[in-house]
Amino acid sequence: MNEALTAETISITGHGGDEIEAYLARPLGGGPFGSVVVIHHMPGYDSATKEIARKFAARGYAALMPNLYHRDAPGASPDDAAATARAKGGVPDERLVGDIGGAAGYLRALEGSNGKVGVIGYCSGGRQSFLAACSLRLDAAVDCYGACIVNAPPQGMPLTLQPIVGLAKDLSCPLLGLFGADDKFPPPQETAELSKVLDGLGKEHEFHTYDGAGHAFFSVNRTAYRVEAANDGWEKIWDFYGRYLAS
Amino acid sequence: MCTYLTEKIEIAGSGKGASGWFSLSDATVYFDHPVHAMAEHTLNIDFVNPAKGPSARVAVELTAESARALATAIEAALASAPPGLVT
Repeated sequence: MNEALTAETISITGHGGDEIEAYLARPLGGGPFGSVVVIHHMPGYDSATKEIARKFAARGYAALMPNLYHRDAPGASPDDAAATARAKGGVPDERLVGDIGGAAGYLRALEGSNGKVGVIGYCSGGRQSFLAACSLRLDAAVDCYGACIVNAPPQGMPLTLQPIVGLAKDLSCPLLGLFGADDKFPPPQETAELSKVLDGLGKEHEFHTYDGAGHAFFSVNRTAYRVEAANDGWEKIWDFYGRYLAS
Repeated sequence: MCTYLTEKIEIAGSGKGASGWFSLSDATVYFDHPVHAMAEHTLNIDFVNPAKGPSARVAVELTAESARALATAIEAALASAPPGLVT
């Protein structure tokens, strides 16, 4: 693996046929390669998450991150867009599924694609990764500390954000969950409950909960970063995607 | 945590953003992860004017202790104003 890659901002067709901004990073060379849709965290389509997309490309996967806030704030800086999206109550689930479906279709059609597409999401994107994997045909899904899958959101959250554990019966692919033991959203009890539900449905999954880590432990530019948990988490991701997405 | 819990109020006044001064119409207040401050959670305030677009925003991220001190200071400053100036 020579880690050579190319990255660029493109336009893709998302929910409702809307053209939205997206960041594409892909390995150089002809393939075949697996692909990953990267779902950014609630703070938005930012440099740190673009860096994650490039990390996947360096590892040999095509990675595409749609700007989920593009409609709310076209052309705005990521933090301003995130603030606007927050004030509007976040991304509607239906729109999220449409955007991830558009991204997955784009990746499957890329020259060199092996036809396999996974999804990974962080923070609010963790819940959205599960949502996408229950709503679309995908090959592997990773949920990094997504809350409000089983538990109802705290009082005051918008009505659009509701528990989605009822969708688990439709989970279309294996699910890897990476969580922090100190996280309160989701707390370990919530992820344990999700695991129990998936066990009952016979849905393939593996969950890891790291001691000494809380929410957002993958975020290298935040105080929440926990190097041991993040390093082990990345190893788990490489192993998981290696089994389900690699050629 | 990552939360959408947000207090929204209408305000009147002005703020200075990246493009200069603009009139403010709304403020959102929430306790969540900061974008820039070196703390896991901060009290964040966005002073905005949505009619002027997403970039019409003045943002602050304060530690909880700082936010409480600010709230106290605001109340103290208003209380110390000469009678008749504050309505």
